[in-house]
Amino acid sequence: MDWMNVARRHGLLVAFGLFLAIVASSADGFLTVGNILDVLRQVSIIGIIALGVTFVVISGRLDLSVGSMLTLLTVIVVDQHNNLGPGGAVLVTLGAGLLIGAWNGALVGFLKLNALIVTLAMLSLLQGLTLFYSGGSNVNVEGAQTTWFAIFGRGTVWGIPVPALLFLGFAVIASFVLRRTVYGRTVYAVGGNETASVFSGIDARWTVFLAYVLSGVATALAAIIMGSRVMGAQNTIGQGYELTVLAGIILGGTSLMGGSGSIWRTVTGVTMLGFIQNGLLLLGFPYYVQWLVTWAVIIAAVWIDLAAKRGRIIA
Amino acid sequence: MSMESAGQSARKTGFRAGDWLIRNHIWIFLAIAITVFSFASPYFLTLNNLGNVLTQAAFIGILAVGMTMVILNGEIDLSVGATLALAGALAIGLQPLIGVWPAIFAGFLASAALGFLNGAFVAFSGMHSFVVTLGALIGIRGLVFVYTGENALMVEDFSYTEIPELYLGPVSLTAMIFFGLALLFQWVLTSTRHGRETYAVGDNIEAAHDSGINIKRHKIINFTICGAMAGIAGILLSMRLGTAEPNAGRIWELWTIIAVVLGGTRLMGGYGTMWMTIGGVLTLAVIRNGLRLLNTPNYVELIVMGTVLILALALDRLLEHGRSRR
Repeated sequence: MDWMNVARRHGLLVAFGLFLAIVASSADGFLTVGNILDVLRQVSIIGIIALGVTFVVISGRLDLSVGSMLTLLTVIVVDQHNNLGPGGAVLVTLGAGLLIGAWNGALVGFLKLNALIVTLAMLSLLQGLTLFYSGGSNVNVEGAQTTWFAIFGRGTVWGIPVPALLFLGFAVIASFVLRRTVYGRTVYAVGGNETASVFSGIDARWTVFLAYVLSGVATALAAIIMGSRVMGAQNTIGQGYELTVLAGIILGGTSLMGGSGSIWRTVTGVTMLGFIQNGLLLLGFPYYVQWLVTWAVIIAAVWIDLAAKRGRIIA
Repeated sequence: MSMESAGQSARKTGFRAGDWLIRNHIWIFLAIAITVFSFASPYFLTLNNLGNVLTQAAFIGILAVGMTMVILNGEIDLSVGATLALAGALAIGLQPLIGVWPAIFAGFLASAALGFLNGAFVAFSGMHSFVVTLGALIGIRGLVFVYTGENALMVEDFSYTEIPELYLGPVSLTAMIFFGLALLFQWVLTSTRHGRETYAVGDNIEAAHDSGINIKRHKIINFTICGAMAGIAGILLSMRLGTAEPNAGRIWELWTIIAVVLGGTRLMGGYGTMWMTIGGVLTLAVIRNGLRLLNTPNYVELIVMGTVLILALALDRLLEHGRSRR
């Protein structure tokens, strides 16, 4: 076995293992079942959004609106729980996520507007809609602790948090869709070479449109979990999540250029991110240092990946 | 499609309404916005308020001048808001140690150096500038928090806050600096080799490389300019406020990109002018100022901005369609 080769191909995982060992030896309670389950619970919301955004990124686009979308949808699910009850709230939220995703998808897929700028515009627009919907105040759930709505964020099955199970379940489904269905293959084709995919008869407009719809629906699912976990919603609850989602996807090794990547890379990236931030937190580093280290890791990962592809790095 | 090819076709065939629209739609937007708010608010069209609009526009405007240079190269810089905060913090924080003017110079130098680092990293790593500068955004903001200890720094020597209190009629020094820098870099773009090559790199990077342009150098220079502009904006902002907030300029990178793209500069590079950027910055400032004069709630501004940007993109797309069909 060529250890150099292994280190090169899995350098990130090796570095991550080292990090885990260092944190585990210096912070009490890092490698305990309770803490690991906590991390899994924490990453599941980011993770579920990232599953949807992975489709968008592989198709060669970006979605920067998911953080604001999460805020709006969480406000909606909490508020509608008070109006319509748990069933109505879940349905309305999924519908709203589908609609926002479809709107993004129509602008980027069919009108072919620049994805980065459109979703930046949507970030601002959705923030405004959230404040409009909530009237600027925070929304709280009344009596939801007693309905089945509480299960999504707070329940456990055999001691494992339900959000983590949902994350894993959706990851299996998303991976199946991406790897085993015709639609999944068109996502890779469009992201890899859009012109070639169009010449080979793929309707790239629909592919991109559906990727954004998936991103919207995934964010709605995350919002349902978020609302159930927090039992309330602030107008800033999802702020900055789009960057965390992107960080997880990049850390997993999916290229922002599109055409390559996988759901399991995203799951790995998001989970590693969760452990890095949790570890730094347990070591007592302030919030911005967590972020500094996280981004240093991500940039190093992308750089090593690029350099290894060019054959510049031997070891 | 490059600016040159659009310009050349206009020269060959004489005046074309479509071509004129492609290059100047932002001035129509601006005229509409000014007209609407003139009718909606009696205070809007006063000399005093228009002067305010220019001063408010200047901070995003100076950032936008640097951002335009980077975007013309086909890159993007998400770290300008954090760089602005760092320059302001250094310019105020270093004053007790080294005096007012050296502190200003140190803030400026640090921001230019950060721009240089961004550019060097993008050029030599081959990484997407989106990823690099997103990292820089977080890293630089972290530095600001470390340096300021998460508190706002107050100015001690009040001569500092008097520096931008120079007015030419209703036009503040801050606004004049914005226009001066925009004109300077418009001159750089049209009349220097660096400017012409900036368009070439953004338009077709492989062709530019094959024709012997040093692409790495170009990107580094333009990122350095962008960082330096963020420094100037940050120092002017700290002069105006008399404090340096660690959170200063948060999400301003978004407003800056919005202003540049609203003006009609193509995000993919190769097409745009400082005039367009001035137009985009002024339109954005007029809309924000007008909505505030009308006492609209905060969310209206956010919704209007998002909608205006999507409309501008759709219009841009429409005009490009018209052009490619000809």
